[in-house]
Amino acid sequence: MIPAAFDYVAPASVEDALAALAEHGDDAKIIAGGQSLLPVLRMRLNAPEMIIDLGRIESLRGVRDDGDAIVIGAMTPHAVVGSDPLVAEHASLITKAVEHLADAQIRHRGTFGGALAHADPAGDLGAPALVLGAEFVIQGAGGTRRVAADDFFVDLFETAIGEDEILTEVRIPKHTGWGAHYEKFVRVAHQWPIVAVAATVRVDGGAIAEARVGLTNMGSTPLRARGVEEALVGQPATEDAVRAAAARSTEGTNPPSDLNGDADYRRHLATVVTRRAVLAAAGG
Amino acid sequence: MTRISLTVDGARVSDDVEPRMLLVQYLRERLGKTGTVIGCDTSNCGACTVHLNGTSVKSCNVLAVQADGAEVTTIEGLATDGQLHPVQEAFRECHGLQCGFCTPGMIMQSVDLLNDNPKPTEEEIRLGLEGNLCRCTGYHNIVRAVQHASGQGVTS
Amino acid sequence: MTATQERPADAVEKEIGRDRRRKEDQRLITGRTRWTDNITLPGMLHLAMVRSPFAHAKIVSIDTSAAKQSTNVVDVLTGADLGESLGVNINAWPITPDQVTPNHSPMPSDRVAFAGEIVAVVVARTAAEARDAAELVDVEYDELPAALDLKRSAADEVLAHPDLGTNKSAYWVFDSGEAGTGGSVEDAIAKARTDGIVLEREYRQQRLIPAFMEPRSTVVDPTGEQITMWSATQIPHILRFALAATTGVPESKIRVIAPDVGGGFGGKLQTTPEEWITWAVARRLGKPAKYTETRSESLMAGHHGRDQWQRLTLAAEKDGTVTGFKVDLLADLGAYVSLVGGGVPVLGAFMFNSIYKFPAYRFAVQTVLTNKTWTDAYRGAGRPEATYAIERMMDELAAEVGVDPLEIREKNWIKHEEFPFTTVAGLEYDSGNYEAATARAKEMLGYDELRAEQRRRRESGDPVQLGIGVSTFTEMCGLAPSRVLGQLDYGAGGWEHASVRMLATGKVEVVTGTSAHGQGHETAFSQIVADRLGVAFEDVEVLHGDTQVAPKGMDTYGSRSLVVGGEAMVRAADKVIEKAKPIAAHLLEASVDDLEFSGGRFSVRGTDQGMAIGEVALATFAAHNLPDGVEASLDSDATFDPVAFNFPHGTHLCAMEVDTETGALKMRKYVCCDDIGNIINPLIVSGQVHGGLVQGIAQALWEEAVYDDSGTLVSGSFVDYLLPTAADTISFEIDHTTSPCTTNTLGTKGVGEAGTIASTPAVVNAVVDAVRHLGINDIQMPCTPERVWRAINGAGAGGSTEGAAMPHFESGGATGNQEQPGTSSTEGAGS
Repeated sequence: MIPAAFDYVAPASVEDALAALAEHGDDAKIIAGGQSLLPVLRMRLNAPEMIIDLGRIESLRGVRDDGDAIVIGAMTPHAVVGSDPLVAEHASLITKAVEHLADAQIRHRGTFGGALAHADPAGDLGAPALVLGAEFVIQGAGGTRRVAADDFFVDLFETAIGEDEILTEVRIPKHTGWGAHYEKFVRVAHQWPIVAVAATVRVDGGAIAEARVGLTNMGSTPLRARGVEEALVGQPATEDAVRAAAARSTEGTNPPSDLNGDADYRRHLATVVTRRAVLAAAGG
Repeated sequence: MTRISLTVDGARVSDDVEPRMLLVQYLRERLGKTGTVIGCDTSNCGACTVHLNGTSVKSCNVLAVQADGAEVTTIEGLATDGQLHPVQEAFRECHGLQCGFCTPGMIMQSVDLLNDNPKPTEEEIRLGLEGNLCRCTGYHNIVRAVQHASGQGVTS
Repeated sequence: MTATQERPADAVEKEIGRDRRRKEDQRLITGRTRWTDNITLPGMLHLAMVRSPFAHAKIVSIDTSAAKQSTNVVDVLTGADLGESLGVNINAWPITPDQVTPNHSPMPSDRVAFAGEIVAVVVARTAAEARDAAELVDVEYDELPAALDLKRSAADEVLAHPDLGTNKSAYWVFDSGEAGTGGSVEDAIAKARTDGIVLEREYRQQRLIPAFMEPRSTVVDPTGEQITMWSATQIPHILRFALAATTGVPESKIRVIAPDVGGGFGGKLQTTPEEWITWAVARRLGKPAKYTETRSESLMAGHHGRDQWQRLTLAAEKDGTVTGFKVDLLADLGAYVSLVGGGVPVLGAFMFNSIYKFPAYRFAVQTVLTNKTWTDAYRGAGRPEATYAIERMMDELAAEVGVDPLEIREKNWIKHEEFPFTTVAGLEYDSGNYEAATARAKEMLGYDELRAEQRRRRESGDPVQLGIGVSTFTEMCGLAPSRVLGQLDYGAGGWEHASVRMLATGKVEVVTGTSAHGQGHETAFSQIVADRLGVAFEDVEVLHGDTQVAPKGMDTYGSRSLVVGGEAMVRAADKVIEKAKPIAAHLLEASVDDLEFSGGRFSVRGTDQGMAIGEVALATFAAHNLPDGVEASLDSDATFDPVAFNFPHGTHLCAMEVDTETGALKMRKYVCCDDIGNIINPLIVSGQVHGGLVQGIAQALWEEAVYDDSGTLVSGSFVDYLLPTAADTISFEIDHTTSPCTTNTLGTKGVGEAGTIASTPAVVNAVVDAVRHLGINDIQMPCTPERVWRAINGAGAGGSTEGAAMPHFESGGATGNQEQPGTSSTEGAGS
């Protein structure tokens, strides 16, 4: 319950944070909202010597409109993202995913960028970010770079963020007018999803014109269900049509087996949850 | 050691703390605010819920140093001038507690919930309390208490 | 200083039966609480435990040198260092004379028998520094094969304690044919095989964790003449006795205090290694010492509950009249025989026949030692297991006969006019009315409408199917008649003690030997005494939980506090009145025979003369004018030993929706009508029922202590041991019928465990009922969506749970801590 001792800095700028990171290297750990990190420290599953707190860097907070994208500062708390009108209008899938992420207290404290950088395959933001084609803005000593969502999630708890870099913001291309739904399958409310599906679709003239479907906890990273997406395009948003497309949601998955379900059960769940998510996203 | 200054239940306090000290430990061990309790080590139970700058957080999941400059309200600062907060009163009126261990966190989260949504439905109350575990009440009377505090009719 | 306790006669409303708001709540809702972990004493030392990561291993060596050098460490002690001062953790209920009972040192020095067992303790000036140093204790283990699976352990494939030569601890039998309380079950089964129905089933009672919200904590202050222990316990009196009996300190030198205690549910009905170690350390160092466990430690090392396999054979005639019931249990004790130990299944032995008139019955339990956390009482303790078995079987019988499950029960249950009724297990049920409770519950549920909806959903092949589950339970509670406990070889009696003290200022102090930890005793007991003495509710102060304040008691468990402790209080209050009577008569210058006592007032029959009991108390305090030979005190004690258990009952009905596509379950409605005799405080009763229901529902749907193949508890934190939240549960409809208990003055029956005992089979029966038409007759608990889905897809009732947890907390650079949950590190502690 008591973390191992560490030193602590709370720099006022990203530059200062990067300098601290450069100085302490492997011994340092970034803390954003800390809602996943602090339990790890309390149970002494990890014991960094230096904690660099981004909480005092005001420039990392907030949501802004940037033309064809909205930009979410990495340190924006989930609760702020979840109630932000820009997000609701242009990336409602994010709004839906945040609504039932963890619990109210954790949504107040946990941050959008922190959760994505943590890269828990059962985290609720990875699949939405992936299917919306998010771009991750990562800052290092040499400046900033942008990483596409497809390249961001590398493995279990591993992202494209280098050890000497900091995720500063996430750019979400606008999906204005798209229907969206995040369907989560859990045994009890405070659990990470056993399987969840992020779906956003553009319906045109009664048919699905474009579809993006992502899977949570069906592999070591969030996965894009491209087979489902392809199969949905041009289909009416009907139970039967979506069911047929959703059958392809197991393609390329490698789900875990654990207390909450074996891999084959998760594959089955993915097909059902995908169907439900897509139908809800299409307003059906 | 890091020097922190903050306001807790209306009082200015200042201390040198180890960076690893959790806010809940600071409240309990340094300030004697033992009304706020520790029920788990994974941030599931919510027993340690306090308000940090006006919104609910789990004080086991915040470092004391992160609360530097902040305003913290605990269960002990909720009543004003000897008057119970309406949510406290409602928990008693509706028998929303038994052993009382989860109660500080449950009340603080209920206050936050009602700040956000003054007239919640039963479902909204239940979802709003999903980060707080209770082992005694089966939640039935806690839900009633929040309904009561919101000035809405209490079902059965 | 005036005696104003008298209640105006015209305003006298009976306290008993009122929904009084609780006296306890003011401090609990404002945070003015006294949990054990809040206690801080000058110079207090803090302990951290070094725990074994292995289920079974020889301790080769323990190197404490680095830990001793750590900042502010006072000492690091092992079992060898503390030796006999550690005492032992006792089993109070050897269920057979030849029970095999391993020695249970609080901190063994040679061999560990479960993962989480303590091998060393670090003492430091702060809790953080103690924990830091615990990381530095280097323990070398030689891993031994572990006895983990219950059935295989019962076959002695691997020994949990090699020196004992067997894992089989005790075999305990009740046979109605041998006891003369009924016929031979083998004859009944043989007959049914030729011309009746024989149902054979095997059910699993999964291992559960009590998971009270307040982690256990102990503070020991050895600096006074009496050594004081504060502990988060349900049993301060038993704890004091056991400390004296095993550590050589005279009982009179020990004071145990259970301050505010945050729930127990049986989980704090224990004398723990942690308490014994804290005791030994404080005594050795002569300084106050505190140990507070983390939640992970609590889940790993606090005792667990249930964990049985139940082999059941039910014999019936073709029309569904049951002719015999045979029960064979395997019960997992874990690594040691705990305080109640094998007594838990024995407490269920008299309840498998439940509310039914079975002519023949046999119960046998084999208790088994394994290399898992020890088990003991968990809410209901033996009776939930029994109720589950019989209520599941009655549903199976109804399905076999092809009738409604309520109809098969009615055919077999004791009719209300047949009370008192002596059962095949030899217990006399004093009162009850199963017909009335069932009729009311059916009405509350809308039983017939839901059955109609169920039919419609079946016929239309709806992906969401509906099931209705029934549980018509009874239980025996109010532990317990001392004579019965003696016959069952329990190590103590079941009486309870109370004192009533009349203070000169008009207040009444009531001292009880029960020890509340959330039940609301201060309120309910105040109501009882207020009525009995005719004083104001507000003027009654209930004191408990401190062996210097309440020196005699048997504590709180087994739904005993009201029915045993409350009765003691009634008798003590009656003695106060009897003692006051001659003094009042003297002061009123009347004959004792002419006095009557009512509404708190002694009055002289046929006159308007009288005086309040408070006035008598004040006069007694002053003692200026007492009759000759009368002592100057009204204070009275009573010790009550019940002559019988009491038998609450009820009908619980549950409607569950099953999503056949995913196996997900959704509770639609839950109603119950319980008969707990007369009710003291309906608000408190409602709370007991609601909370009990959710614990029982949680066994049916969510909770399970899961171990992996190496004996590590995988569900070792609240991430994986799934307690339901408000968002997972529904609102309940509860009601009561009233058949007063005839064996106590107030006519009350216990309610603390009823909801838990009744609800588990109601829920599982509902789940099975929803999918029975798909060829399913069982789903193993907890009924996870996966198990339900697999059952629907023809894979049976569901096997064991996968022993792996989701790795949500990235463990980069793990530092080898002993607290961490759900990891199966093969490194030694402190690596």
